[in-house]
Amino acid sequence: MTDDNSTPSSPRLEVRDLTVAFGGLTAVAGVSFDVEPGEIVALIGPNGAGKTTVFNAVCALVRRRGSVSIDGEPAPTRPSGLVGHGVSRTLQGLGLFSGLTVRENLLVPLASRADREALVDRELSRLGVAHVAHAPVGALPYPERKRVALARALVVQPRLLLLDEPAGGLGSEDIAALGAVIRESAQAGCAVLLVEHHVDFVMSIADRIVVLDFGQVIARGTPDQVRDDPRVEEAYLGVKAA
Amino acid sequence: MDRLIFLLATGFARGAIFALFALSLVLIWRAARIVNFAQGAMALVATYAAFAVAGLTGSYWIGLAAGIITGAAMGLAVERGVMRFAPHDNPLSGVIVAIGLVMVLQSLLGIFFGQQHRPMSIPFDDSPIVVWGVPLLSPYDLFVLVVALAVMAGLSLLFTRTSLGLQLRASAFAPEVSRILGVRVTRMVTIGWMLSVAVAAFAAILLVPTELGLNPHSTDVLFLYAFTVAVVGGLDSTVGALVGGVIVGVTMTLVTGYLGATVAPIGVLVLLVAVLLMRPSGIFSMREVRSA
Repeated sequence: MTDDNSTPSSPRLEVRDLTVAFGGLTAVAGVSFDVEPGEIVALIGPNGAGKTTVFNAVCALVRRRGSVSIDGEPAPTRPSGLVGHGVSRTLQGLGLFSGLTVRENLLVPLASRADREALVDRELSRLGVAHVAHAPVGALPYPERKRVALARALVVQPRLLLLDEPAGGLGSEDIAALGAVIRESAQAGCAVLLVEHHVDFVMSIADRIVVLDFGQVIARGTPDQVRDDPRVEEAYLGVKAA
Repeated sequence: MDRLIFLLATGFARGAIFALFALSLVLIWRAARIVNFAQGAMALVATYAAFAVAGLTGSYWIGLAAGIITGAAMGLAVERGVMRFAPHDNPLSGVIVAIGLVMVLQSLLGIFFGQQHRPMSIPFDDSPIVVWGVPLLSPYDLFVLVVALAVMAGLSLLFTRTSLGLQLRASAFAPEVSRILGVRVTRMVTIGWMLSVAVAAFAAILLVPTELGLNPHSTDVLFLYAFTVAVVGGLDSTVGALVGGVIVGVTMTLVTGYLGATVAPIGVLVLLVAVLLMRPSGIFSMREVRSA
């Protein structure tokens, strides 16, 4: 699925005027951004800024207004249609099936694929978890579970990869390895959208950054542009930059 | 001693059926988080279908197949037509709907077939085989034991060796995550119900002819025993259903053999209460079943 199927004019992911409301609370208001094939875009912002809600809206996990398109086509309106559209995501809480083995976890999204065993073998090796393939996921240490979660997202060969705090809880070595895998996927043509609190990691890996605060985009640009933007500092520190 | 050996052998055969029926309760519990109190009545409808088709065709085997298919159809109809609309925020609602369903189904069976016991034929002799002077299982008991174990082995293979089984398990563990991964969870729940009631129907069709007799309340006691098996083993555990089935089957047969048939349900209820007091989640219940 990493083949570039997009038309020249349409980004891999196009989000326009995305709005999500929970009762009277508007969690995301009129958010627009694009992610191109092979690009890594980070969505950052303080806690409660609406980053994960944007992810959930793209994945049709919450009711959304506005438009979400993948390669120019409307995004699925049901979560079960995501994998079929080449979209894969990880979850903040990992979302692994703790009662299943590592291998079984990777097989779940590949149920209809004839080449599933080969795909799983390749991804287990790439993420360095082949040696625990038959272990129950619940028995693994946290960094290995993180790698299994990423392997499960990548095993479907996504065109669009959504990563929710992939570096959270990892040490520097694991983060470096994670960055290498994400870059490798992007170089293969996969569009990557990630939510992350680890600022150094974001600055080192993202091609572009979109900054959210109170559900709205307050800044966007390259890592250097965002780093120097006073509105970003204000949002994170709660004070107006000098 | 001969009597004890005979009772133990019979207990294992009966236990295999209870295990099979309990497994059907486990399947629904894992798929939909509902203790289906209507499982016995639904299996009984399938047994009547088997009885009617066997009578029409003169073939036990065609009747058996018709009963199992009817069981699967009942599972489909009840899940799609009734249970899907029960409020999911309160676990009691599914139980109450199921109890209502029992009353409806048993009344309908009474209206269409009457309240009288009806004889059901079996394909093998039910006289015990005598080995070195010791009466053991009958050919029919052996048939029941072998097919019950074969069905359990088949279900085990389905869940551990096939993509469908993996999706069924994933849906049961974490439905929301499964949806994101492309699993059609609603379809898996329906398949779980169909599979479950088909298995329950199979167990009822095996046990009714020799143990229960066919009438609109035949499976009440089977459900009681199977529910005890599921509670003893743990509602989440397929291994628990197997072991619990043997425990309940042997207990019931020993109590029947030494104290009389009327005491057997009391013995099983004592076992149920004892397990609920000492280990409410069951002997083999999984501590970590669902992941977020």
